Amino acid sequence: MSANIVTIRNLSKIYQQGDINVTALDNISLDIAGGEFLSLMGPSGSGKSTLLHIIAGIDRPTNGECRVQDIDVAKLNESQLADWRNQNVGFVFQTFNLIPVLTAYENVELPLLLTRMNRAERRKQVETALEIVGLADRAKHLPKQLSGGQEQRVAIARALVTDPALVVADEPTGNLDSHSAQEVLGVLRTLSRDAGKTVIMVTHDPKAAAFGSRQIHLEKGELTK
Amino acid sequence: MLELGISLELGCWSLELFLMNLPSFILKNALRNKRRALLSVLSVAMSLFLLVTLQVALRELTNPINDEGSSLRIIVRNKVSLAQPLPARQFQTLDRIPGIVAVTPFSFYGGLYKGDEKFTSFAQFAVDPERSLPLICDAKGVTKDQLDAWIADRTSCILGKMTADRYGLKVGDRMQFTGQIYPCDLELKIAGIYYGTADDRNLMFHQKYLDEAVGNPGTVGTWWLLAASIAEAPLVTDRINKAFANTSAEVRAESERAFVLGFVSMWANIKTLIGGISIVVVFALILVTVSTMSMAIRERFRELAILKAIGFKRRELFVLILAESFGLAMFGALIGAGGAWALFNNINIQKMTNGMFLMFEVTPQMLGMAFAVAALLGLLSALLPMINVARTSVVQGLKTLD
Repeated sequence: MSANIVTIRNLSKIYQQGDINVTALDNISLDIAGGEFLSLMGPSGSGKSTLLHIIAGIDRPTNGECRVQDIDVAKLNESQLADWRNQNVGFVFQTFNLIPVLTAYENVELPLLLTRMNRAERRKQVETALEIVGLADRAKHLPKQLSGGQEQRVAIARALVTDPALVVADEPTGNLDSHSAQEVLGVLRTLSRDAGKTVIMVTHDPKAAAFGSRQIHLEKGELTK
Repeated sequence: MLELGISLELGCWSLELFLMNLPSFILKNALRNKRRALLSVLSVAMSLFLLVTLQVALRELTNPINDEGSSLRIIVRNKVSLAQPLPARQFQTLDRIPGIVAVTPFSFYGGLYKGDEKFTSFAQFAVDPERSLPLICDAKGVTKDQLDAWIADRTSCILGKMTADRYGLKVGDRMQFTGQIYPCDLELKIAGIYYGTADDRNLMFHQKYLDEAVGNPGTVGTWWLLAASIAEAPLVTDRINKAFANTSAEVRAESERAFVLGFVSMWANIKTLIGGISIVVVFALILVTVSTMSMAIRERFRELAILKAIGFKRRELFVLILAESFGLAMFGALIGAGGAWALFNNINIQKMTNGMFLMFEVTPQMLGMAFAVAALLGLLSALLPMINVARTSVVQGLKTLD
């Protein structure tokens, strides 16, 4: 483990629903070290996805500070945030969220289209990412031609193709059978343990959470352990 | 530590690079729902085809002959009304007015051709053949012998090639007409068939033959004159008008072009009608395309949210949406306006419309207009989805479809 990559201090998130204020996160402070595989657990509505979204820069806190690689993410404007996400964060979602009309290769290539890389450089990068997740031979397949586990591994390849320091996964095994879930979790663990990526995973499943190097629990917007 | 072998070269992003990388993605998105894409393109194509056709028809109906000759040629009609005849004795006065090269009677016979049941689409004019020669000097296809034969035989005529082709007539054939304006029927022998004039449909025959048939009333419909030069033409019309001022048959002399424009002004309602239909077509087109694009983007809100999450900015998403809607609209324009151009260039519109339309030409301006409408359409139909995408955050985008 190396120095903290994520530092959260007194973080709160309050949603306004009509006249009612809903507190999703209540004064959270948390440190996540580089290379750590953190499992975020908690019941539905506990605020774990909200915390993940704020760390990943797709949502903003109401109060407090969230620094990732020493950058206060909340202080970046929309355009800066988009660049920052492209370069520093890889996303893995529960429902895979691959673009159905693009092949596995093209899906993985998407984040690279925003960079200055030429076609050959992109190819090398995409092929490497697909090899890492064990799907080099499925590059030309459309998402509908892949199994759920394979789709999720393509999503992981897309998440790591830009070589981000941080990979966030929101219920990555929620839609998978146990065998596929094991494969996906294995890949995430490899990324953390062997490639030094910081992986933050939201999950309900204690077995999935056990793959992490640390587990934390959220309940009603507060860290419980 | 596992060596990923991945390293990202970060640097300045540029729109050009983005566009270079994206065509395939845009194309795949546009063709995602092939049936909808096809129907969208066809709706744009059909509407623009209709729009171009309306514009062509409008131009054909309202665009007067605009050659140099039409400015040199002068029509003299009764000042009261075109329907009022003029005294034949005016010829002597006209013949003495300076600046006039040739003058001939020019009476619209308006007979019903035997081959037609209700409507004859070509005009028949009674003229003085010999004096009319300078006025029809641009006519080709009639030999000197044929002209001499026409001049010599007062029951003969010369006929425009378009009409001859339409009815399968040739030199020597006889044409029978039932009088609709003049109370007389005529039989005319074709002495020659001409082409190369502004309107190759007309028939010209002897005024004397018409006079005889109606009992020599001593009148003509109008006078047809040729001015010596374009500079002289307005002076000539002025002189003519003055020459017959305060007589029993005052006249109105004007260039052939101005005369035709007078007719065109009567088409005002048609112009308004066609203009109105064109606006409705464009408006309906916009509604259909905006609705289709909105539907297509709404279905992809989650994907757009994912793209935002992985680093796509608003401008890149705008480019994706705009390129897709612009591409569909322009493809529709290519089929619709291009199809109209190809079709009207390759069909015999005169034959199809029984000579009602002569040219039916799709001009570059019309093509430009159609593509401009398509471009506007592409822009407008992308606008609403773009606003929705801009307003929606990544988290909202992900939630809407969860």
